[in-house]
Amino acid sequence: MKFIDEFRDPALATELVRRIRATAQQPRVLMEVCGGQTHSLLRHGIDVELQGIVELIHGPGCPVCVTDISAIDLAQQLASLPGVVLASFGDMLRVPASQGSLLTARTAGANVMMVYSPVDAVRHAQRHPEQQVVFFAVGFETTAPATALAVLQAHQLGLENFSLLVSHVRVQPAMEALMQAPDNRVQGFLAAGHVCSITGYDAYDDFAQRYRVPVVVTGFEPVDLLQGILECVTQLESGTAEVRNTYGRSVTRFGNPAAQRVVETVYEIDDRAWRGFGVISAGGYKLRDQYETFDAPRRFGLTRSTETNDSATAQRCRAGEVLSGRLKPCDCPEFGMACTPDSPLGAPMVSSEGACAAWFRYHRGSKL
Amino acid sequence: MNEPMLWNRNCPIPIAADAERISLAHGEGARLSRRLISEIILPRFAATANRRFADAAIVTTIGCRLAICTDSHTVSPMFFPGGDLGSLSVYGTVNDLAVTGAYPRWLTMSLIIEEGLPIAILERILDSAGHAARECKVTIVAGDTKVVPRGAADGLFINTSGVGEMMDPVPPGPQSILVGDKILVSGPIGRHGIAVMSARESFAFDPAPLSDSGSVIHAVASLRNSVGEHLRTIRDATRGGVSAVLHEWAMECGHTFALTESRIPVTDEVRGACELLGLDPLYVANEGTIIVAVASRFAEIAVTALRHVPGCEQAVIIGEVQSRGISPVTIRRTIGSAQPLDEPSGAPLPRIC
Repeated sequence: MKFIDEFRDPALATELVRRIRATAQQPRVLMEVCGGQTHSLLRHGIDVELQGIVELIHGPGCPVCVTDISAIDLAQQLASLPGVVLASFGDMLRVPASQGSLLTARTAGANVMMVYSPVDAVRHAQRHPEQQVVFFAVGFETTAPATALAVLQAHQLGLENFSLLVSHVRVQPAMEALMQAPDNRVQGFLAAGHVCSITGYDAYDDFAQRYRVPVVVTGFEPVDLLQGILECVTQLESGTAEVRNTYGRSVTRFGNPAAQRVVETVYEIDDRAWRGFGVISAGGYKLRDQYETFDAPRRFGLTRSTETNDSATAQRCRAGEVLSGRLKPCDCPEFGMACTPDSPLGAPMVSSEGACAAWFRYHRGSKL
Repeated sequence: MNEPMLWNRNCPIPIAADAERISLAHGEGARLSRRLISEIILPRFAATANRRFADAAIVTTIGCRLAICTDSHTVSPMFFPGGDLGSLSVYGTVNDLAVTGAYPRWLTMSLIIEEGLPIAILERILDSAGHAARECKVTIVAGDTKVVPRGAADGLFINTSGVGEMMDPVPPGPQSILVGDKILVSGPIGRHGIAVMSARESFAFDPAPLSDSGSVIHAVASLRNSVGEHLRTIRDATRGGVSAVLHEWAMECGHTFALTESRIPVTDEVRGACELLGLDPLYVANEGTIIVAVASRFAEIAVTALRHVPGCEQAVIIGEVQSRGISPVTIRRTIGSAQPLDEPSGAPLPRIC
C-alpha cells in the first residue's frame, strides 16, 4: 500500500495547504467534478482546512445521483417482469424512485441481483439460460468500457438472454451545462481523474479556452487533491485558463485508446435526461443499431421516457440543486431531518459518491 | 451447460452429483434421524458432547454467577478463508460469553438443515465445530436437528446457546467509561467481513484476505489477569465493526471516542480490498478481534499483556475518551482537526467506480 501512503503524507499535505494559502489573494470557487473527490475532500477535512480561501462546490460526478428517476422506474418495471432478473451495481439498489428503491422492489418479489461487474451478469446469463438477465448499465466514461465489453462478450457467445438498460452519462456536456447556467459561480474545475484515465484530457483544451476556466485533472488522495487545488488557484491568480494534468500517474493526454475503441464500437453519443439538469445534449450513450437487440426496453416492449421525472419524490429531494452546486447539502431543509442514509429521500444521500452522504458522514451537523 | 460435477459455490470442494444428501426423512424422528445424530453428529463432538439421548442435559454448578447467551449463525459462503460456519457458531457464542467476563463452560447446538445439503458438507462443518469446542474447552451438552424443505433455509443455520461462569473482576460495562480512558484493539480490524465478501463474490485477491474468526478467551483472560479492575468494558467488534461498538458505548457513557486513523491496525489485504470497494475498515465485521476500554494509566500494561497472546501481537491503543464534543465518535485523518465518524447504516454496499 506504499503507493497510497505517499499521497496521504501529512507533512506533504500540510505544506500544500500552506502554499495554497500563500498563493490565493482572494477567495476562489472551485468545483471538484467527481463524487469520489468530494468524499475524499470531506473525509480528510480539506474543505475545512481551506475555509475562507477556497470554496469547493461538489460536482455532478456521482453516477448513481445523476441517473434520472425515470430510468430507475424502468429498471423496476423490468425486474418485475416474469422470468427477468435485473443485475445492478450495489449502490444503485437503495436509490428511491417513484415506487421505492430496487431493494424495496426486491422485497416485494422483483428479481434483483447485485453484481460487481457487468461481466458477472454475462456469466450469470450463460449459466441460467432459463432467465432473461438485464444489466442496469449506469456510470460515466469510466464504466462504459466494461459494459460495452459485456455486450461484445454476449454477442460473441450468441447469448439471447442478456440485455442492457443503458443509462450511461458523459461528463463534459454536464460541465458545459454548468458553465452556461446564468448563476454559475465555478471559477475552476478539478476534472475527474478516473474519467480522464479513459478519455484523456485533450478534449478539455477547447472547453478551457471557450469558458476561460482552468481545468486541472486531479486524483483522489489528499495530496492529489491539494495539488489540483494549488494548480487551479495559481492559474486564477495569474489570469490563465489552461488544462493541466496533476494526476500523471494514471492519466495521459489521449487516455486509453483500447477502452475508447470498445465504447465507440458498441455505443453512440445521445441526449440523456440527467437528474437535476434536465436533458443534456450529447449527455449520454445509447447502443448502436448493430447492437440494438441488446437493448432491454426494446426487447421487452417498454418505452423509455426522454424527459426527466419530476414526481413528488423527486421534488422533495433537491438533488438537482446539489448536483449543480447551487445548494450545499447542509442547507437543504430535509438534510439530516427527513433525509438520512438510513431513509434517503434521494440518491445523493445513498451513494458512496453522493455529496449529501459525504456531508452527513463527515460533517454531520456542522455548517460550513 | 452440462457439468459432470455440481460445483457448490459455498464450498471449495466439488461435490459429486450422486453424493449422499440430507433428506426430509432425516428430520422425522425415526431411524434416519437417530442415525444422523449417532453416526454423523455425536462422534464429532466425542470429547465434548453429552452422549445421552435425553430431553435435557443436567450440569453441575459450583455456586457462582452464570452468564447465558444465544446466537444464530448463518454465513454465505459456509466456508471462507480462515474459517467456516461450524467454528464460527462456536466462537461466536464463546466470545459473547468471554467479553461479558465469563469463562465459557457449556453450549447447546441446534442445526436447521436445508433438504439436499450434502452430508459431506455437514460433516466438515461439524468437524470444525467440534475442533473449535475442544480448543475452547466447552462441552456441547444438548442439541437439536431440524430438516426444512429445499428453499426454506440457505443450506445450514446453526444456533448455539452458551453458559459461562462469571470470573472476577467483572468489567462493569460501558457506562463506567471515564474521560481520559484509552481504547485499544487486539489486532488488525475488518478481516472477517472482507474475507467473507471476497469469498462470496469470488474476488481473486492475492493473497486472499483471511478471517480473524477465533476465540477471544485467552485475550480476555490476559486482560483480566493484568489490569483486572481497571477494565471498563470489552466487546467483540462483529457486525458494524469498530464504529458500531464505539457508537453504542458513546450512547451509554455520554462521552466522545476520539480515534487516530494512523494508529488503527489494518492489514494490507484488507486495506487494498477496502480501497477497491470503497469501504472503510472501521465499519467492517470482525469475529475474533476485541475492542477494550481501559483506565488510561493501565493501557500500556493491557497492550503488553495482549501482545503475549497468540493472534494479538498487533494489539494497540487506537484512541481515547474525551468529554462529549462535536460527535460521539471522531477520527483524526491526514491533516487538520478531528472529524465526526458516522454510525454504520445498513450493510456496506460497494461503489460503482
